[in-house]
Amino acid sequence: MSEWLAMGGHGLYIWGSYAVTALFMIVEVILVVRRRRSLMQRLGRMIRMKDSEVSG
Amino acid sequence: MFNLFKYASPASFYPLAGRLAMGFGIASVILLVIGLYMSFFVAPTDYKQGEGYRIMFIHVPAAWMSMLIYVVMACWAAAGMIWHTRLSSMMASSLAPTGAMFTFIALWTGALWGKPMWGAWWVWDARLTSELILLFLYVGFMALESAIDDPRRAARASGLLALVGVINVPIIYYSVQWWNTLHQGSSIKVVDGGVETSMSEIMVWTLLVMTFACWFYTIAVALTRVRSIILERESGASWVKALLQERKS
Amino acid sequence: MLATLRCMVMRDLTLAMRHRSDVLTTVFFFIIVVSLFPLGVGPEAALLKEMAAGVVWVAALLASMLSLTRLFADDYNDGTLEQLLLVPQPLSLIVLGKVLAHWIISGLPLVVMSPLLGLQFGLEGDELMMLMVTLLLGTPVLSLLGAIGAALTLGLRGGGVLVSLLVLPLYIPVLIFGAGAVTASAAGMGADGHLSLMGAILLLALVLAPWASAAALRISVE
Repeated sequence: MSEWLAMGGHGLYIWGSYAVTALFMIVEVILVVRRRRSLMQRLGRMIRMKDSEVSG
Repeated sequence: MFNLFKYASPASFYPLAGRLAMGFGIASVILLVIGLYMSFFVAPTDYKQGEGYRIMFIHVPAAWMSMLIYVVMACWAAAGMIWHTRLSSMMASSLAPTGAMFTFIALWTGALWGKPMWGAWWVWDARLTSELILLFLYVGFMALESAIDDPRRAARASGLLALVGVINVPIIYYSVQWWNTLHQGSSIKVVDGGVETSMSEIMVWTLLVMTFACWFYTIAVALTRVRSIILERESGASWVKALLQERKS
Repeated sequence: MLATLRCMVMRDLTLAMRHRSDVLTTVFFFIIVVSLFPLGVGPEAALLKEMAAGVVWVAALLASMLSLTRLFADDYNDGTLEQLLLVPQPLSLIVLGKVLAHWIISGLPLVVMSPLLGLQFGLEGDELMMLMVTLLLGTPVLSLLGAIGAALTLGLRGGGVLVSLLVLPLYIPVLIFGAGAVTASAAGMGADGHLSLMGAILLLALVLAPWASAAALRISVE
């Protein structure tokens, strides 16, 4: 296993590049999803406020 | 007759984008897993570079994606300006962050691949240099878009910048190519990706699978982001209110 | 057609001459930036001679960037820009007039000063001439492309920094061919290729840039 990880001496470079790529892709997905969720809540609150004004 | 412009209105595009994003997202995950498996276990060791060349399976797709996304962004921007459809410029601004990310990944993996191959983290190779300039173009696009408050003006201004940029990309690429060959003596003798020319069948397939994985990933992320942009820009619209009511109950 | 162009150029030049210091600030910025490099890099002549063209060209780029924001800002602030948009003449012609005036104010002085600074770096006769020619061909392109950036970032906070971020990547071909021409001619390889390419970029910019800045102006002023 460790010999496979060493990747013929280039392990640092290979895992370095794949790790950063994976990190960036995952972080981007998380950011997009979180942006969507917080937006949904904010809009929900805004609409509830409007409804309460109208009915109040 | 399938009316293309039916989906130009954000209201009808929104649910479609949701389904598409889900579909492409799952497809990209599957392809990514297959691609990673192929690039590490199926692809043979390269006679010249040993294992180091495996970075190619992420570097090359990222570089292709960074250029492809910029061109697609410019097309959406052009469509937005010609037909004045707000949705097209929303698509352009939703693609920019993913394009910038792929450009950075292409630079990062290029540097890490360059270290064992050329012996230096950064080499003023023509492709790496024009990739760096492409990153500046992406950053300029996003900076301009965030600097303008009124969304309509932001969309059209950044759209025009994308169009001006896309005309300049080939000019920049060839001038950097010219500049690189002119100063060939001073920079390190660049091995022109020896691996790519003598690529075996399996390597080509792995590269294709990884490229499609990145492509589907981009579509999924861009569509999800465009849905948020639609909601932000159309928050006053009645269909948004109806959508939220139905979600809440 | 030429009347509108001439009238725009004369108008902008008279406006610029009223507060003459702007012209001088651009030139002095250029001189100071170029003179900084020997202090940073060290005085030995061989090294300075080799990097002279690149240093002068980068300084010219930055100097022309300095005065870009003012290209449309004054007219935008006091409302004449809206009137200019309503003028029956084509807007790109008016923009070309303003860019020409901006080039005369900020580009031409750099061309005139460049031999003096070339001497500072130990360049000889024909290299100085080549430096002047490349700057003469290049600085109009800087003003033309810069006008697009200035028009796009009209009235934005932090517009100055934003313009350089937008426009510098577009300047790179001009920088490469400009500096490359001088080093090529110094090395005796002849710079006709570089000069013809710069001429081509100049013509391309002359045709497309005013139209693009006019479109950008319409977007910004709405």
